[in-house]
Amino acid sequence: MLQTSFSRAVGLIGLVIAVLFLIYCSLAMGQISISFRAVWQVITNYDASNTEHIVIATSRFSRAIIALVVGMTFAVAGILVQALTRNPLAAPDLIGVNSGAIFFIVLAITWLNLQSLSHYMWFAFLGAAISGLAVFFLSSIGRDGLTPIKIIIAGTALSALFISFTQGLLVIDEQSIQTVLFWIAGSIAGRDISLLLSVLPILLGALLVSMFIGKSMNIFSSGDDVAKSLGLNVGLLKIVMGILIIALAGGSVAIVGSIGFVGLIVPHIAKRLVGTDYRWILPYGALIGSLLLLAADITARFIIIPQEAPIGVMTAIIGGPFFIYLAKKGVSKQ
Amino acid sequence: MRSWTFRMFNGKVSFQISIKWLLITLSLSLLLVLLILLGLSAGSKWIPLPEVAKQLIGHIDTHRFTVETLRLPRVLLAVLVGASLGVAGLILQTIVRNPLASPDIIGITSGASLGAVSFITFGTGIISMQFLPFAAIAGGLVTSLLIYIISWNKGVTPIRLVLIGIGISAILKSGITFMLVFSNAVVTTKAYIWLTGSLYAANWSDVSAMSLWVLIPLPILLIWGRSMNVTELGDEVAINAGIRVQLQRFVFLMCSVVLAGTAAAYAGGIEFVGLMAPHIARRLATRSFIGLVPLTALIGASLVLLADIIARTMFLPLDIPAGVFTAAIGAPFFIYLLFHNRNR
Repeated sequence: MLQTSFSRAVGLIGLVIAVLFLIYCSLAMGQISISFRAVWQVITNYDASNTEHIVIATSRFSRAIIALVVGMTFAVAGILVQALTRNPLAAPDLIGVNSGAIFFIVLAITWLNLQSLSHYMWFAFLGAAISGLAVFFLSSIGRDGLTPIKIIIAGTALSALFISFTQGLLVIDEQSIQTVLFWIAGSIAGRDISLLLSVLPILLGALLVSMFIGKSMNIFSSGDDVAKSLGLNVGLLKIVMGILIIALAGGSVAIVGSIGFVGLIVPHIAKRLVGTDYRWILPYGALIGSLLLLAADITARFIIIPQEAPIGVMTAIIGGPFFIYLAKKGVSKQ
Repeated sequence: MRSWTFRMFNGKVSFQISIKWLLITLSLSLLLVLLILLGLSAGSKWIPLPEVAKQLIGHIDTHRFTVETLRLPRVLLAVLVGASLGVAGLILQTIVRNPLASPDIIGITSGASLGAVSFITFGTGIISMQFLPFAAIAGGLVTSLLIYIISWNKGVTPIRLVLIGIGISAILKSGITFMLVFSNAVVTTKAYIWLTGSLYAANWSDVSAMSLWVLIPLPILLIWGRSMNVTELGDEVAINAGIRVQLQRFVFLMCSVVLAGTAAAYAGGIEFVGLMAPHIARRLATRSFIGLVPLTALIGASLVLLADIIARTMFLPLDIPAGVFTAAIGAPFFIYLLFHNRNR
């Protein structure tokens, strides 16, 4: 674990360098591998007739940027969810926020016949908000309050509901199955950069705000009563965190579909590295999230050549065992 | 409350029947029979009830194809699927001692689905579709064994079982998505419709095959069911009463898997029935495990049958998977349960 501020700052710079390296890999690697010089030329001296340049500019550039941003947003959303629910097993996908967003988007596609991608965003926010609030309130009912188990079970059941409604809509509207499925599975390939651009201001704004609430979250993590007596407006902080989660998770789902487990794993890695100080956990988490998604995206290109695996499948393969490990460790401690 | 107690074989087998239980069982059976008749008469062509009765009793030729070949197997399959799902849920809730557990939540259904989807993806055109149930049941069995082994740490605690089930289920679901994305459109659509839970194209061989599978766990439930009442009071109590808790838990889990896996094999992912049926049964009558088994079976059967009738008549000519409707009833019910259990 990194103890001093200096070593933490160095670690942060190391992470930034690692992220930059993976962005380069993401631009250069794939079915056509592209030399470093060509990658550099795209930035300095773009040539519209060169195939390699076109591949980078049209497909790989948007992929790298989307992986970068979405990795950050999912990871930060995960940190916020775990802090808000005080539950190490929570994550936006596990508590049903993602499937709520997906259901509302599929509803928009099949019933309202909405084709413009930028409208997806608002439906995603709506769905994320509805399902997130529902799970939060449902699982806080009861004498023992928000226990980890109750959140997980309520979230699983609610996402089962949304998933089966989504399936119902898709079965009625058969021709959209294939397109929507690939999107639901979570993929960052072939996404239009304009889709990202329309959501980007909201995502960046939410990320920025998250970076500044670290101090309050530190106080909040010592418990509601202690935080109140230290003069923290706990209610306000909870609302802010809730809005941030919905903006981050809903916005990311609108771009890439449901990419699970990033929000679950990253907070644990970040905490392992820098301890319990949220002022460090949040930036670390954001960068680790980007690293994870960039790495998963690059791997997804090589698993079943010539096709590409959906990145959501990749993260689930890593994240599922991690969840099981956490569940085993956490429960045996109790 | 009047009740009678029966003891046989030196008290090795005993059961108690109360008037309330008897009345409720009878009225539920009546309800199921009515629903079956409704299921036979409803559809794109409505057949009046007297005609249906005449067809069933007299085997006249007027509606033979519609009633006996198309609708009766579908209705019976719905009954079998519902009953299996209900009882599978009852077993799990009793083992886990959590009113919110059910086969779909802890991952048995996803295992069965993965088995079936891989069968549809890789087996279409090579192996006869008749073997689909084996793939689904095998998937469910392997998954539940996996969950069980991973949760094992000097015994299995209920909470670990649920959490690890949820984790495994997430991995399996991504496996399903993977296969769906990579098979061609025809296979995808086929698998997708199956996944949502539907009773399309049920035929007599399905019905007879499924009844065989359902018969396997039945004797175990009846013989060992009595000890479940004790285990529900807690592991320590049960061990003191001389029950081999871990063995019992394992055997009952397997029964639940066979039931849920079979149901998934023939009807796909029909969700929330395993959650709802046991609760309704407990509200209505008894808390004894054996007494709950027939009630849960009846309620589960009625739920799935009703959902299927609604699904195939409401949006004619569309035939919507019944799973959508069980979820539509089941989710509000789940919310109600969370409210209802808030003080426990």
